Amino acid sequence: MNFDLSQEHQMIRKTMKEFADKVVAPGAIERDRTKAFPKEIFKQLADMGMMGLPFSEEYGGAGADTISFAIVTEELSRACASTGITYSAHISLGGAPLNLFGTEEQKHKYLTPICTGETFGAFGLTEPNAGSDAGGTQTRAVEDGDDFVINGSKVYITNASYAKHLAITAITGEVDGKKEISAIIVPTDAEGFTVIDNYEKMGLNASNTTELVLENVRVPKENLLGKRGEGFRQFLVTLDGGRIGIGAMAVGIAQAAFDRALRYSKERKQFGKPLSDFQITQFKLADMAMKIELARTMVYKAAWLKDQGRPFSKEASMCKLYASEIAMQIADQAVQIHGGYGYMKEYEVERYMRDAKLCEIGEGTSEVQRMVIARLIGC
Amino acid sequence: MNIYVLVKRTFDTEEKIVVSGGKIQEDGAEFIINPYDEYAIEEAIQVRDAHGGEVTVLTMGGEDAEKQLRTALAMGADKAVLINTEDDLDEMDQFTAAQILADYLKDKNPDLILAGNVAIDGGSGQVGPRVADLLDINYVTTITKLEINGTQVNIVRDVEGDSEVLETSLPLLVTAQQGLNEPRYPSLPGIMKAKKKPLDEVELDDLDIDEDDVEAKTETIEIYLPPKKEAGRVLQGDLSNQVQELVQLLRTEAKVV
Ligand SMILES: Cc1cc2nc3c(=O)[nH]c(=O)nc-3n(C[C@H](O)[C@H](O)[C@H](O)COP(=O)(O)OP(=O)(O)OC[C@H]3O[C@@H](n4cnc5c(N)ncnc54)[C@H](O)[C@@H]3O)c2cc1C
Ligand SMILES: Cc1cc2nc3c(=O)[nH]c(=O)nc-3n(C[C@H](O)[C@H](O)[C@H](O)COP(=O)(O)OP(=O)(O)OC[C@H]3O[C@@H](n4cnc5c(N)ncnc54)[C@H](O)[C@@H]3O)c2cc1C
Repeated sequence: MNFDLSQEHQMIRKTMKEFADKVVAPGAIERDRTKAFPKEIFKQLADMGMMGLPFSEEYGGAGADTISFAIVTEELSRACASTGITYSAHISLGGAPLNLFGTEEQKHKYLTPICTGETFGAFGLTEPNAGSDAGGTQTRAVEDGDDFVINGSKVYITNASYAKHLAITAITGEVDGKKEISAIIVPTDAEGFTVIDNYEKMGLNASNTTELVLENVRVPKENLLGKRGEGFRQFLVTLDGGRIGIGAMAVGIAQAAFDRALRYSKERKQFGKPLSDFQITQFKLADMAMKIELARTMVYKAAWLKDQGRPFSKEASMCKLYASEIAMQIADQAVQIHGGYGYMKEYEVERYMRDAKLCEIGEGTSEVQRMVIARLIGC
Repeated sequence: MNIYVLVKRTFDTEEKIVVSGGKIQEDGAEFIINPYDEYAIEEAIQVRDAHGGEVTVLTMGGEDAEKQLRTALAMGADKAVLINTEDDLDEMDQFTAAQILADYLKDKNPDLILAGNVAIDGGSGQVGPRVADLLDINYVTTITKLEINGTQVNIVRDVEGDSEVLETSLPLLVTAQQGLNEPRYPSLPGIMKAKKKPLDEVELDDLDIDEDDVEAKTETIEIYLPPKKEAGRVLQGDLSNQVQELVQLLRTEAKVV
């Protein structure tokens, strides 16, 4: 048993901590207000070789492990969760399925520009009538000669405005009376493809969440990703990895909320004492520190299992579920410790609370995580 | 071009520092590359990229300094050398450091040596110039601009906020001032490759140095933290009274006029 991060992990953490504090944090309140996508930050992350973190050098990646991915996602999210989710989705939803299921040619064509940061990675699964029940996909891809012709719509798709292509799920036929769902790579500039960026969100305002409309979008059959009819299973595998990202993101938000609450409780005096002198405040902070420690440890464990090539679905769900829920609790308590000040944007903690909420919804709601865990413990 | 950078591992003065028993507590302190040395590393990498050659980062101290050397390698330096003094020296000062570094460098034929302007812990600013003196090469301190053409070097140095323009030649030692450049973040591929880059470790014996010959010339008598900053005081009353009170306080309390 060894709980130490490797020298590389430590160096990545230190580099990303500095980068997050100096480059990412300063504009976070403003970006939340103006909904400005953190483009400049991602240009710098691309220069630092972070955009292809876990993918092979052959495709312009850096060949780092999942623990490194968790560290980078946590540090970015600590400074700005919008930046964190953008990064996490780019790697684990955009890049990962291409890496896992793409042909050599597809990887060179579609994964390489993701690694270099030339395009953002995105993933189109959710539909108006297919969320938790992702198998309820209604988008259809009909064969026509050498092409698929796709019709349908997707909702809440992260990064699509900045993606040159993305993988989506669609029904490609019927086998034994059951829907056959496949994954297909679609260029976003294809005729009939519209990306609509006009949601008004509760939080993560600087992240890009979009609606996709596909009207007779024609792509060659070679754009099929992985095996025909395997689309749904492939997306489940992809989500397993993505959940580690959301877990790390939640830990980052929780850490930020805790850091601010601790600092504020030492500065703010009421009844002649700093808040941190009150036992109730101390207990709150102690609980926060404990929960963050546990959540991070679980994120690392899931990441480690994945890096060892071992089954990690249950642990990925556990880390995602636990980290999301404690992030929400901790952000709530951080606002509470700030009193009226905490309700004001200037003190940042209210943003953490709005941003944290998504962690309990995206990439499988907390209920869905419990369903996954229940199934994997043999219920 | 054969480029060396003198790098020091220091504690992070922006983090909390605890002094007890006349010593700075190392447990819990954060250690970093001396920030001025980061400018030196960045400049060295830029010079190498423009003129070719090799950048070697050189430090002395204990095993722990490997971390800072690896960081410099991750930024883009080619090689690292640790002169490990852990077992040989308890105390060292600028004299000790300069003697050992110069001894190491004397047969390496460096074209350019870069160091930080000062180390933020000791703050003497002596090691660079002393090394240059021992190697009998030119040196310029607190530089903010470096241009090399062949062996000719044009430099701008910071003199208490003003600039001085100088011309000199290689071989040369310079010390880096803030403003020289913007040190890069180590890249992820850089971090991944840092472990595979050569890091040599030598001890005083390997350099034929006798501890007694490099014994510190100075003695540290006491280490203490600066007094805690007190809350400010806002003067009341009309302006002329405030001015009178201020002058009086500056005289009697602060004793500065
Ligand atoms: C900001 C943001 C970014 C997103 N990014 C992406 C993306 O990049 N790609 C993508 O494909 N999707 C994305 N999504 C979609 C996200 O994955 C879905 O919103 C999520 O899976 C929930 O689906 P739904 O919204 O349809 O909710 P529903 O599935 O309608 O769920 C509503 C509620 O019912 C509960 N529920 C549903 N079924 C059950 C059940 N069987 N038992 C108990 N409770 C149940 C849920 O837990 C939830 O509380 C994003 C969403 C948001 C908000
Ligand atoms: C939208 C809004 C509208 C408002 N409207 C009005 C208004 O119309 N009129 C008005 O007068 N005020 C108003 N307020 C102010 C509001 O009543 C105060 O914010 C509130 O009383 C808390 O005070 P505080 O913000 O100074 O927090 P603090 O008193 O500093 O409290 C910070 C935290 O410390 C805790 N704490 C403090 N003391 C102790 C203790 N002894 N033991 C344990 N925990 C302690 C608190 O419970 C809280 O969690 C408003 C505030 C907001 C945000």
